[in-house]
Amino acid sequence: MEYFSSTVHEALRMLEAGEVSSVALTESVLNRIDAVEPTVRAYLTLDREGALRQAEQADIARKKGQAGPLCGIPVAVKDALCTTTMPTTCGSRMLEHFVAPYEATVMTKLAQAGSVLLGKLAMDEFAMGSTGENCAFKVPTNPWKPGYVAGGSSGGAAAAVAADQCMASLGSDTGGSVRQPASLCGTVGMKPTYGRVSRNGLVPLASSLDQIGPLTKDVRDCALIMNTICGYDPQDSTSIDKPVPDFRTSLQDGLKGIKIGIPREYFGQGLDPEVDQAVRQGMAMLEEAGAELVEVSLPHTDYCVAVYYLISPAEASSNLARFDGVRYGFRDRSTDSLIEMYNQTRSHGFGEEVKRRILIGTYALSAGYYDAFYKKASQVRTLIKEDLSRAFALCDVLASPVTPTPAWKIGDRSDDLVALYLSDILTLSANLAGIPGMSTPCGFSLDGLPIGMQLQAAHFNEAVLLRAAHNLEQRAGVVGKKPALV
Amino acid sequence: MKITREEVRHVAQLARLDLSVAEVDRMTGQLNAILTYMSKLDQLDTTGVAVTTHTQQVVNAFRDDEVRPSLLRQQVLNGAPEQNGESFVVPRVIG
Repeated sequence: MEYFSSTVHEALRMLEAGEVSSVALTESVLNRIDAVEPTVRAYLTLDREGALRQAEQADIARKKGQAGPLCGIPVAVKDALCTTTMPTTCGSRMLEHFVAPYEATVMTKLAQAGSVLLGKLAMDEFAMGSTGENCAFKVPTNPWKPGYVAGGSSGGAAAAVAADQCMASLGSDTGGSVRQPASLCGTVGMKPTYGRVSRNGLVPLASSLDQIGPLTKDVRDCALIMNTICGYDPQDSTSIDKPVPDFRTSLQDGLKGIKIGIPREYFGQGLDPEVDQAVRQGMAMLEEAGAELVEVSLPHTDYCVAVYYLISPAEASSNLARFDGVRYGFRDRSTDSLIEMYNQTRSHGFGEEVKRRILIGTYALSAGYYDAFYKKASQVRTLIKEDLSRAFALCDVLASPVTPTPAWKIGDRSDDLVALYLSDILTLSANLAGIPGMSTPCGFSLDGLPIGMQLQAAHFNEAVLLRAAHNLEQRAGVVGKKPALV
Repeated sequence: MKITREEVRHVAQLARLDLSVAEVDRMTGQLNAILTYMSKLDQLDTTGVAVTTHTQQVVNAFRDDEVRPSLLRQQVLNGAPEQNGESFVVPRVIG
């Protein structure tokens, strides 16, 4: 086995036993990147020298007995997280050369845990997209089938983990942007409870929905990264001061006494039969592990897409007002007028999907339409939240597909926007209600494309998600399966 | 028609976006398709339903009003397309 293919916990065991150094691990991953990056196209920035320097320091720290919980582990992050040693582009021309003046709280936490930062990963521009195709610089591909989408918006973060180009990564999830690419690329991906992980230093898409989360090769690694990134941060006024458990402790427990709810509306029209079958087999595995399956109903599921695609663009249009050519990144210099400078900077700096969502959001918030669109959506958001509260009175975990279909060909769904937005239907309610959700691989299509199962729980119940996911992983027989790249 | 070409141009102006004629045409068509889909929300009677703007906290987060270190001015200016070491530089506003 090559070092690059190991999980974080396997690598930590080898580092602790002195079987490998962080420098050797990091070199192995860098070699892997050299070999597969021309196909996968996951990295927007790769900091080879910086990574090797950090690896040397990690080896020294370990020798001195000062190893943090991720000491020497090479990781990479979505390019929406602010870093001071390399650019943060958000996949946009607007921020092409932007280097942040401060570091995201999660980046400080990763560094304090001793991890080695390899670089920044491709994403849909300002996290707007479900395919990775809206990145201004490169479109990542699905490592299981080059030419197919990696998903989005954290497409590079999922593809890099699936292709062993980093041992784990961080993404951000506003409507499914961690869970959906994780599902399409066959990795584990977690969206924690809103407020669990500090958003300080995450370039915002929709501030009431955004949450940072890990993408990993297995469930134990997800628990390890969660241990590092969670916790209250006074720098984020929406961060919540709740004790963070050691997420590893309950992984080995069975599921006796755990009720798994199956939301019938999540198995509706448009669900691919292979996805349906793989997820139902996964549910049978959860039952074998001791869980009781119960049917539940989330009657407002059908309204999630409409609510999300009003609230998220509304918040985004406000958040993206800051990109005006004055304080950050790109400025169009073709004019001497201030107002024209704003107009030209924004028109040339933003891509098509970003402009479209700014228009939808501005419209939904504008005089005369606010009540009909934004307020109405915010009310239906309450109904969606109440559906989930009622469901969690009957069960501990909700199990469902993550996406209605496995990955599709790049370019195949770029014409029908409503159809593309509809493919997000199964992941949106977790963000609208602020609950945790995760994707765990549970099978493959006949075409060899990964299929994930989504598990969701009530606020701050990530531990029960990880426990159920670990039980699924033990039985699903997908651990250690790798795409046949190169 | 949910939204006209003129409304798209007006909203673009509010958002400081300069759209070409072709863009206005394309966006008008797309926004109509999207907003038509959104109108399914009208099926629901939401009289008396509270809005959700935040899924967790309902109280503001305050910190003590005390002096503490902040970013250095130069660090902040470094990200700007044009600056003079003291401030952001923009095209002349008052003629």
